[in-house]
Amino acid sequence: MSESPIAQPDEESRAFAWYLRGVRRCFSIPGLVLVSAFIGFSGLAREAGLTLAQTVFMTGVVWALPGQVVLIGAILAGNSLFAAAFAVALSSVRLAPMVVAITPEMQTPKTRGWVLYALSHFVAITSWVLAMGSFKTVPRPLRTAYYTGIGSTLVLVNMGVVATVFLVAETLPATVNAGLLFLTPIYFLTSLWGSARERAGHVAMILGLICGPVFHILMPGFDLLAAGVVAGVVSYAWHRMKAKNEEAG
Amino acid sequence: MSFDAFESWWWPYLFILLAGWLATDIWRYIGVYLGGKMSEESDILVFVRCIATALVAAVIANLIVFPSGALADSPLELRVAAAIAGFAAYLFCRKQILIGIVAAELVLLSGLYLLG
Repeated sequence: MSESPIAQPDEESRAFAWYLRGVRRCFSIPGLVLVSAFIGFSGLAREAGLTLAQTVFMTGVVWALPGQVVLIGAILAGNSLFAAAFAVALSSVRLAPMVVAITPEMQTPKTRGWVLYALSHFVAITSWVLAMGSFKTVPRPLRTAYYTGIGSTLVLVNMGVVATVFLVAETLPATVNAGLLFLTPIYFLTSLWGSARERAGHVAMILGLICGPVFHILMPGFDLLAAGVVAGVVSYAWHRMKAKNEEAG
Repeated sequence: MSFDAFESWWWPYLFILLAGWLATDIWRYIGVYLGGKMSEESDILVFVRCIATALVAAVIANLIVFPSGALADSPLELRVAAAIAGFAAYLFCRKQILIGIVAAELVLLSGLYLLG
């Protein structure tokens, strides 16, 4: 690391250059794939009776597809505000560990707290995967600028995508709409596998896939939390056992 | 107090803010608060990553097994077969997400077409 401790005169232009690199990072396959997932979400929201403005608003303020999908489900089911908030909160717990993992990678002793809190709103699977995958090539003090580029671009582009699809969905046949709704799960199925940092993540994913529908039938309303905790704890236990065996062997 | 409980134009937005934004961003803020105090490599992070991954996996499986809207009219076997085909294509094609999505959609749409 050859970072000078003294503030350099061109620090701001360097930050802007890295912001633009973050913007450019979005125009990649993962960015395209995320667009396809939001195309699917737009169809889902429309089917639930939301207006164009409400759908775009939800995309901007929630910015987490599982939470948005759960919120649509709660609206469809006519759930109360409290029940809907609880369900969304359950589906969004996973954001806390994602932020816990990404924050130390962006933080320097000089980083202001509010910057990290503001940037945390952008954390969702795609921006997280893009950033975690390329942070090693970004100088640590410029990672907040870089992540601002990734996050703001993804949010704004997808708000536009959601609005556009909402307007054209009306003219699409049922088969195409079914295909649109299938985009969301397939997107998660593949992106989650690729973002796993250790083998235990793959174990957790397979167990979670099995536990989801099983707990959906066994304990509706608590299925996500139950599946997440049970599958998560088992995969972590597997991780510890493997680590111990490697130590012993 | 459901989504369409009140006629006022602002109620749906307040509903989305409380049940959507607050319920989601609170976890992000907790993450920032905890993140500054933890090492990236710590074992606790492996644990929280395991739970987070399993939660999202559960959402995925439920979207495939218990879908809504136009997708709900398709047979479960077809959706599962399409998902497996997409994931297999993803794995065999050097983990290209786009190829996985295209393969899954091809199987689903041709299945729907054949079933009429």
